[in-house]
Amino acid sequence: MIKLNSNLMIHQYFCLMIRYLKKQNFWFVFTPYFWLVLFFFIPLALIFKISISVSEWGMPPYRDLFSLSEDGFKIDSTLSNYLFIFSDPFYIRSYLNSLSLAFTSTILCLVIGYPIAFYVAKSQANIRIILLVLLIIPFWTSFLLRVYAWKVLLQGSGIINSILIHLGFITEPISMLHNHYAVILGVVYTYLPFMILPLYGYLVKFDLNLIDAANDLGAKPVNTFLKVILPLSLPGIIAGSMLVFIPVVGEFVIPEMLGGSDKLYFGKIIWDEFFVNRDWPVASALAMSGIVILVFPIVIFQLMYAKYNFKNE
Amino acid sequence: MSNSFLEIIDVTKRFGDILALDRVNLKIEKSEIFSLLGSSGCGKSTLLRIIAGFEKPDQGKILLEGNDITNLPPYIRPLNIMFQNYALFPHLNVTNNIKFGLKEENFSKQEINNRVNEILNLLELNGLEERKVNEISGGQQQRVALARCLVKKPKLLLLDEPLAALDKQLRIQTQFELVNLQNKLGITFIIVTHDQEEAISLSDRMTIMQNGEILQVGNPVEIYEKPKNTYIANFIGTANIFNILNKDNQIIIEELNYEIKNINNKNFNKCLIRPEKIDIKKIENQSDNSNVGIVKEIAYLGSYTKYLIEVNGIQFYSFMQNSLVSDNLQIKWDDKVEFKFNDSSIFLFND
Amino acid sequence: MQNTILRMNKLFFKIFTLTIGFSFLYFPILTLIAYSFNDNKRVMVWKGFSFRWYKELFQNEQILEAFYTSIKIASLSATFATIMGVMIGFSLTRISKIPARPFFIFLSSSPLVMPEIILGLSLLLFFISSNHIIGFPSSKGQLTVLISHITFSVAFVAVIIQSRLSSYDKNIEEAAQDLGTIPNMIFWKITAPVILPSIISGWLLAFTLSLDDLVVASFTTGPGANTLPIVVFSKVRLGLSPEVNALSAIIMLIVVLAAISIYFINRSHIKK
Repeated sequence: MIKLNSNLMIHQYFCLMIRYLKKQNFWFVFTPYFWLVLFFFIPLALIFKISISVSEWGMPPYRDLFSLSEDGFKIDSTLSNYLFIFSDPFYIRSYLNSLSLAFTSTILCLVIGYPIAFYVAKSQANIRIILLVLLIIPFWTSFLLRVYAWKVLLQGSGIINSILIHLGFITEPISMLHNHYAVILGVVYTYLPFMILPLYGYLVKFDLNLIDAANDLGAKPVNTFLKVILPLSLPGIIAGSMLVFIPVVGEFVIPEMLGGSDKLYFGKIIWDEFFVNRDWPVASALAMSGIVILVFPIVIFQLMYAKYNFKNE
Repeated sequence: MSNSFLEIIDVTKRFGDILALDRVNLKIEKSEIFSLLGSSGCGKSTLLRIIAGFEKPDQGKILLEGNDITNLPPYIRPLNIMFQNYALFPHLNVTNNIKFGLKEENFSKQEINNRVNEILNLLELNGLEERKVNEISGGQQQRVALARCLVKKPKLLLLDEPLAALDKQLRIQTQFELVNLQNKLGITFIIVTHDQEEAISLSDRMTIMQNGEILQVGNPVEIYEKPKNTYIANFIGTANIFNILNKDNQIIIEELNYEIKNINNKNFNKCLIRPEKIDIKKIENQSDNSNVGIVKEIAYLGSYTKYLIEVNGIQFYSFMQNSLVSDNLQIKWDDKVEFKFNDSSIFLFND
Repeated sequence: MQNTILRMNKLFFKIFTLTIGFSFLYFPILTLIAYSFNDNKRVMVWKGFSFRWYKELFQNEQILEAFYTSIKIASLSATFATIMGVMIGFSLTRISKIPARPFFIFLSSSPLVMPEIILGLSLLLFFISSNHIIGFPSSKGQLTVLISHITFSVAFVAVIIQSRLSSYDKNIEEAAQDLGTIPNMIFWKITAPVILPSIISGWLLAFTLSLDDLVVASFTTGPGANTLPIVVFSKVRLGLSPEVNALSAIIMLIVVLAAISIYFINRSHIKK
């Protein structure tokens, strides 16, 4: 973030800060940051602290990190929780499952969402507004209920099975719920608007008629797409991908409602570790590793974005 | 005790290490259109913002009708400013934009409506009253911005690049409208612009600024015909500047080797001859006339033609009216021409 | 001729894509609404048309109470988040350059990239410890859910306000001063009305985020603070519930009505 190389720089920084504070209304500027530090960063620091504490029976179910006894000040920290997680393939597999779920569904959302966003952005103004409203309505409808809708549809006695039986493809209802394909379907369905809306936002800014003109002038559509449209919409693709990828890594509700026991996901593991096993240090260690694992794709996205911006300049 | 309408006395303003205004003194008279002309960064906008009250000068005073307004905040000053981008309130429609300043002064409803109707008529904004300001054209926005200021009947109106956001056709038309409006209302206008043509055609008097200093104040004719230095001469229109040599009591234009006669004051080192004051004529035969040059470039511009003439390795311009088409059109590239100017059209100065 | 065929093909492809896309988005919701009128306890077996489940929904104390709790928390959380989001937006764009601006951007935007499960867990552990140390909050309940919801909504509102303020023309404030507005009134007469649409959309976003949240609320809730998603989730986690179908239909109706009214308000604006 900020590089403070020397004492001089620290001194300068404080002088700047003090001058700034004198000039501004202190509480107006800093209340929200205090709030975020108190209720976002301190809790994160806390789970880090708990993640390196030793678990034990009792309430709270971990030993205090710092203790002041007759022997003096003592730090009682351990990496065993992390070692435990990373030595057990069960946890590693759950991370990998979550990452692959996030990756697969981001790609699927992109593949499905891109043409929709493209054609909506290309429509005439009055139709476009109606289509946009139609895109936003599911976005505002309850997330939980949209997942629930798939649960209803995919039931053994659900409408999809009924249609398939009616058409004669199958004779007996097949079980479509409680597997990871249902989870992917549910994720793609619920997160699709998060992909389409930012894509639309970028695509609508360009004069897409120019692309039509280029096509009419003989540019191969594939080339037009690869060389003109795709690079132009890259920021939208990145924004949409981040909006899908990040929350899906920690997704708990969809696997819980539509998934089965064939694949376990990271969110569910944390939930169980905390509520079922009541092992706070391990749950915290899981969460901390989750953050670390998430940082990588975000950094990659940011780098891609920076590269794109650099190219444009 | 002077009686000037607006006096700017020794105004200095620094931004960090940059000296934006350096002891600026100006007197602006009542009911004139006064232009501040200069390239970007010359301090003209800073001066305007100090007059409007958005910036405080580090030193110096501003007097309006003899009263010191230097420390008066902008919302009390009896003057208004029209911003370059108009700064219309996007959340209000045209009428409410115009009403805004009157409401702040708690005029009666009757008075407000009368004044607004009057100004709507004056600026031909009828029919746009209910429109949102971002739904009207650039020219209309400009008139709304003007109306919003004028409806307050200010003593002084400051205009920051009032025509810069309009396209060329509209700009010329609006220039005339602005002058007519000013004549009708008698309000003093101070216009900031970087466009010399605009300054010349709009103003009664103008000033040229550079690096926070006033270089020259005068009416457009003075500034055009009698610039104080090379910078001004080049800034306004096209200028042919030559060096003057004082040899054995003869005043000679060095580059052209041309002697200027009948001259009283001999202590000048530069002279200016505007291109339209130099006539050229094609010469068929070799002549003994020393004033001969070669045409290096020709630009036909409709009403007149620009010629670039080269003599002794230096180049200068001559603009010829195209009233005598047959004569002028005979001149071709690399033709030899004889050039001619009146001694009285030479302006001598020191730089 | 070939061009016409090409264009027809394109048009066909466009309509095809949009139809498939929008059917995918709407088919599940519409099916749910259709079955909410099914007069059968077994959700997917059609027996006949009735309003039975709507009647039962409106007699279900638990759902009604959760609905009330959710609306209360969502509107309070949206209001506080909007106020703080506006403050962040201002401090990052409008007020003279804040030193170490990237640091404050980092502070205000990191909740955007935090998975809700981690956020929920950390907040719960925080509340437990702080109760342990200073005795506040005395118990988990509506207050802790409210605090958590404000925390993750602030960042979203701040992004909206920030993007509005960065394209905001500061000259209009000077123009207002020039026209006689005293500095203390400029925020109320100019700034607030101009950014009002963004404030409203920020509030609405924070409101839906809170109304929609299950995971963070599940972690931080306590006795007597069951929000609607918590109750719905407990009902449908293991099976189906015809009452929830009816609830979906009602929520859908509200969203559609809101969308239509926003659409018409916008259109009448444009027409003027």
